[in-house]
Amino acid sequence: MKLLLRTGLYLLLFGLAITYFLPFYWMVTSAVKDDVQVFQVPPVWIPSPAYFRNFADAWGADTFNRYLFNTVFLYAIPLTIGVTFSSAFVAYGFARVRWVGRNVLFAICIGTMMIPDQVMLVPLFVIFKNLGWLNTYLPLVVPGYFGSAYNIFLLRQFYASIPEELSDAARMDGCSEVGIFWRIMLPLVKPALAVVALFTVMYAWNEYLGPLVYLSRQELFPLALGIGHLRGNVGQIGNVKFAYPYLMAASTLVTLPIIIAFFFAQRTFIEGISLTGIKG
Amino acid sequence: MAVAKMRQPRLGRREWQNLGVGLFFVSPWLIGFLIWVLYPLGSSLYYSFTRYDLLRPPVWLGLQNYIEIFTDDPHFGTVTYNTFYYVVLSVPLGVVSAFLLATLLNNDVRGRSLFRTIFFFPAIVPAVVTAMVWQFLLHTQYGAINATLAGWGFKTIPFISNPTLAKPSLILIHIWAQGNAMVIFLATLQDVPRTLYEAAIVDGANAWHKFWHISVPMCTPVILFNLIMGFIGGFQSFTLPWLLTGGGPNDATEFYALHLYRNAFQYLRMGKASALAWILFVVVVLFTILLFRSSARWVYYGNE
Repeated sequence: MKLLLRTGLYLLLFGLAITYFLPFYWMVTSAVKDDVQVFQVPPVWIPSPAYFRNFADAWGADTFNRYLFNTVFLYAIPLTIGVTFSSAFVAYGFARVRWVGRNVLFAICIGTMMIPDQVMLVPLFVIFKNLGWLNTYLPLVVPGYFGSAYNIFLLRQFYASIPEELSDAARMDGCSEVGIFWRIMLPLVKPALAVVALFTVMYAWNEYLGPLVYLSRQELFPLALGIGHLRGNVGQIGNVKFAYPYLMAASTLVTLPIIIAFFFAQRTFIEGISLTGIKG
Repeated sequence: MAVAKMRQPRLGRREWQNLGVGLFFVSPWLIGFLIWVLYPLGSSLYYSFTRYDLLRPPVWLGLQNYIEIFTDDPHFGTVTYNTFYYVVLSVPLGVVSAFLLATLLNNDVRGRSLFRTIFFFPAIVPAVVTAMVWQFLLHTQYGAINATLAGWGFKTIPFISNPTLAKPSLILIHIWAQGNAMVIFLATLQDVPRTLYEAAIVDGANAWHKFWHISVPMCTPVILFNLIMGFIGGFQSFTLPWLLTGGGPNDATEFYALHLYRNAFQYLRMGKASALAWILFVVVVLFTILLFRSSARWVYYGNE
């Protein structure tokens, strides 16, 4: 009976794992098909021959180097620096300093997470238009320098777990509050900073709606918009039959860094996600 | 009376100092809150009572945008129905499936971290990639599923080209990408004290009893958390339908957020888009309050 149950459990898990993995398998194998294989019925599960050139061709079919540069240097890096540092700074004020009105302001901070992005879409667009920031990365990056509620919440949980005696001892020694934050607390919450940084990079890598609204010039697109542009691009120049292998090849290349990041930082991912939910 | 008077908060030197230090640290957020949240909220409410096309200054219309939305917008009923259909089905189904996956993995299984990786992974793939891959995967003629069916001589299923099937297909993709919730559930389940299960076994509980009377109650706070996050996100679904179906076929996946986006940036009706946004905001807040209200009946907060 016990053996039967365990066999059933493993069969179920394997079945589910294959189902969950299927879209990725389809993406990668379709990426190396030619225009005959891609439209074959029944489908080709193991393309032979495999056209690995498709990766280079798809990358070259649109200005992907440009998209990559924009994503990394204009979006991900500046945003991550801003969000990580400002959220750590603000969370310190909410977690380690006792002051009148703190809990009210913190409740408001958490409450802002409930506001749908769509409510802010029009007024923020108007603000950024009036500032002359359209077709720059400023609308996507600058608000991050004022802390993000989600990450403030996450970091506050971390600060709260550090014993109060540590700060008191430093205060006795005449260390200023900024000194305590900078020299004692920041090094202690490094693992949490890694979580925030990782999530922010991922956000910039994946985000679609923001860039769609603020960036209309193609040379400014990040990768997420770039893939959408490739779809129109390969369709327009007449080789629609190549659209799917190219789109799958580009999709694979854009997903690859995430796979690599995940395998190197698996613990950070899992711990960060677990942490947000537990006190929820 | 005298007591009430004495309770007046008197700030000593120390408290004033702490207030200053606290405000200093939270000042980036506080300033950001005023510039990027409070002011936009106010101006959005104002725009919702105006006609505004970005080119000319807003013109005051009173309630006209709201009246038009409820009485004279042929799409409003459709997008509201579509959005509720999608949210009401996809969010609970997503939470349930994430919870069941976590329960399976909470058994003593070999290769747990590999399975966890596979189930989690769809959650961190860019939405653009998800849309492209599923669009091809579900293609009526050449997608993996239909090409296989056709190869075996079965009828193909028009997953995304049929108005009746388009929404269920999107729900399917949503369920597939619930890795975040699963990871949170798994972490919670692993924190449940072993002694609870051991005591239950002594009392003669079977696997179902352990699941229903221990695992589920211990996870109810996290279920509530995931439901709330799911509903807030679900009402705003944009990228996947925008890229995968473009709102079609025949408006079957034209969700509220798409309608709002079109009004704002395709028709340049910023006033009406703002009114739509405020209606959405009120609905989201009502849903969240209802969930919190109901939580007293079913959420178990341990020994707090």
